[in-house]
Amino acid sequence: MELTTIWFLLVAVLFTGYFILEGFDFGVGMLLPVLGRDDRERRVLINTIGPVWDGNEVWLITAGGAMFAAFPEWYATLFSGFYLPLLLILLALIARGVAFEYRHKRPEPSWKRRWDAAIFFGSLVPAVLWGVAFANILRGVPLDAEHEYVGGLLDLLNPYALLGGATTAALFLTHGAVFIALKTVGEVRERAGALAVRLGVGAAVLAVAFLTWTLGIRSSTAAVVLAVAAALALLGGLAAARVRREGWAFTGTAVAIGLAVATLFAALFPNVLPSTLDAAGTLTASNAASTPYTLKIMTWVAVVFTPIVLAYQGWTYWVFRKRIGVAHIPQH
Amino acid sequence: MTAWGLQVDALDVARWQFGVTTVYHFLFVPLTIGLSVLVAILQTLWHRTGNEKYLKLTKFYGKLFLINFAMGVVTGIVQEFQFGMNWSDYSRFVGDIFGAPLAIEALVAFFLESTFIGLWIFGWDRLPKRLHLAAIWAAAIGTNLSAYFILAANSFMQNPVGYRINPETGRAELTDFLAVLTNKVALVTFPHTIAGAFLVAGSLLVAVALWHLIRNRDSADTPAYRFAATFGSWVTLVATAGVVVTGDIQGKIMTEVQPMKMAAAEGLYTTESPASFSVLTVGSLDGSRELFAIKIPYLLSWLGTGDPNGTVHGINDLQAQYAAQYGAGSYTPIIPVTYWSFRFMIAFGLAAAAIALLVLWSQRKGRTPTSRWLLRAGLVMPLLPLVANSFGWIFTEMGRQPWIVFGEMLTRDGVSRSVSLTEVLTSFTAFTLIYATLAVIEVKLLLRYAKAGVPDVSPATEIDDSHDDAERPLAFAY
Repeated sequence: MELTTIWFLLVAVLFTGYFILEGFDFGVGMLLPVLGRDDRERRVLINTIGPVWDGNEVWLITAGGAMFAAFPEWYATLFSGFYLPLLLILLALIARGVAFEYRHKRPEPSWKRRWDAAIFFGSLVPAVLWGVAFANILRGVPLDAEHEYVGGLLDLLNPYALLGGATTAALFLTHGAVFIALKTVGEVRERAGALAVRLGVGAAVLAVAFLTWTLGIRSSTAAVVLAVAAALALLGGLAAARVRREGWAFTGTAVAIGLAVATLFAALFPNVLPSTLDAAGTLTASNAASTPYTLKIMTWVAVVFTPIVLAYQGWTYWVFRKRIGVAHIPQH
Repeated sequence: MTAWGLQVDALDVARWQFGVTTVYHFLFVPLTIGLSVLVAILQTLWHRTGNEKYLKLTKFYGKLFLINFAMGVVTGIVQEFQFGMNWSDYSRFVGDIFGAPLAIEALVAFFLESTFIGLWIFGWDRLPKRLHLAAIWAAAIGTNLSAYFILAANSFMQNPVGYRINPETGRAELTDFLAVLTNKVALVTFPHTIAGAFLVAGSLLVAVALWHLIRNRDSADTPAYRFAATFGSWVTLVATAGVVVTGDIQGKIMTEVQPMKMAAAEGLYTTESPASFSVLTVGSLDGSRELFAIKIPYLLSWLGTGDPNGTVHGINDLQAQYAAQYGAGSYTPIIPVTYWSFRFMIAFGLAAAAIALLVLWSQRKGRTPTSRWLLRAGLVMPLLPLVANSFGWIFTEMGRQPWIVFGEMLTRDGVSRSVSLTEVLTSFTAFTLIYATLAVIEVKLLLRYAKAGVPDVSPATEIDDSHDDAERPLAFAY
């Protein structure tokens, strides 16, 4: 396999991992005001992701770094072209990250309310905008022959991209609800389990519509297979959620999100950022790539360190595997 | 666009944004780097001796560490995105080389740091003691490792090595990755930066402990604070020695690889051999002429070359040389900025060491410090090396100008062409507002928790017999 293909796959894997992991973090954040009826319940929700959210976010930093190292043209064009959406994502991630750490540091309800709002909007904004961004990557954007983005903000807010944003938000909400049902006990668990099914139906409708539209724009056999598998996984997850088999439900939504992201990358390949104007402006895995020497070094680094990272991150989830409820929340 | 009578373009705002967000990010990084290790040492002492005072200090400074850590994490993501968002032509030009250390930093260091910090925060009652101790060490190692990779990337901008320019694409391509990682600028900048970070962390230990010692003389926790004040003072002094020694080596490497930066640090306009060190020079407003100066003869030659009679090149000669080599244009940094930031870096850094000596003296032979003056000095103590760190970065990055990659690409050529003035003004305003708000919140929280003092760690308060084990509250929760 060519090195550029390997790195296309690795970037795809990193974003897939990011959306599976931070997907439920975002879901928990968006469900905070819905499922947490008082302060202790909200603390239960936040603590389901407390030990892991930061490690989950590093998947994004690594995906960004891998894109920069392996496909500098892609990184440069995408990040400068999607300037304002990325700015909003950054501001949201800043507010949200600080909120987790600072919320419990003072007892005043007004203090907590403000950080709750930061967690809610800090989760909602990226949950929507990542969908908008990836839909636009797939649809293609106006690039000139030098691969420079020549569109405006409104070019990014087309109906297909907005559907993409709604889809990721709905998927992450479902994924988050399923995760909460898996990680909590008591009333919160019950409410999350019931809500997961209702959210999941909406998410399934949106996801099927979005993936169908996607395959209409560009497609490949692999993409079709992955899309069908994603839909089946989501349905399986929802069926499990309905009978409150929480472990299977979570597996289902995690696999569905992973396969949906994989569908986008499979449909995109070998392009990485198609141009809607001049065909010469289209960025592909080969014309956006670094030199083989750089890719070779990065491959070795990835081969050695990725399994280590997966092992200790997986172990963290094992350490914090126990469900929590309001009884576990200390007074201070 | 013209604002307040000034011509403003997207490039200027992008530069200001990079400067402000980077300096701001680096207000939190030194404490994360230094305090992670110091907290790990405190916890190790508790582990080894079983003495509760070390556990109290671990939890106390650990809390301050985490308040600061969160800010470092969230402002760090901005840094990685900003290269692509605002400096896309730079990213295209150096991506083949510069992206690799960034990706490795994330994969090798950030995962380690963030995963194990989570285990440490929430693991007090869920991990065996020894494993919990290992978690803080893993996080500390991750943090310090991350500094190496990002400094290797930065050092490429100061002294590009291990690359060639592809004549077809005009881009820089990696030819020797080991050379990039062992860039001599990186090898000396890393220990200098780490020492600078420990200077801040040691000072914070002292400041907080001293406040409690002087305000609350008969507290049961006096032994804990005494230890923290002494330990922090020694860390500060050793770090100062580290900063001075590495800074001296840096000066010599800088004279060799970036002679203009050395000349700009000194405001040395004409080549001198021997060259004298300017303690204080007042120049004309445009920075082109000197009006008044106090100088130490031979010192600059010795600092720059290791030989008291060595030649140090002046700004005017280097400017003429670069103009001949790279084409007409200015290759001179803004001299008042480099000159003063260099001096402020040194002065503020050394001031912290002076206070550390006073603190050690005040505690000689078992005495407890009482002086109100010392209390005041102690309170400003952590700010001094923090400001020194900021000035150090301002100096080294402003001293590199007008280059973004020395000798290869000008900063103005690296900016994103597709990002409009309105967009970059929007982001600059947004970052400034959210950063300013968070700074106020962060400082207030730090002061609140610093004043609260060391926590009660006696286990009796934590066990509640009315619940069975499965329902016992967590030792820590958000």
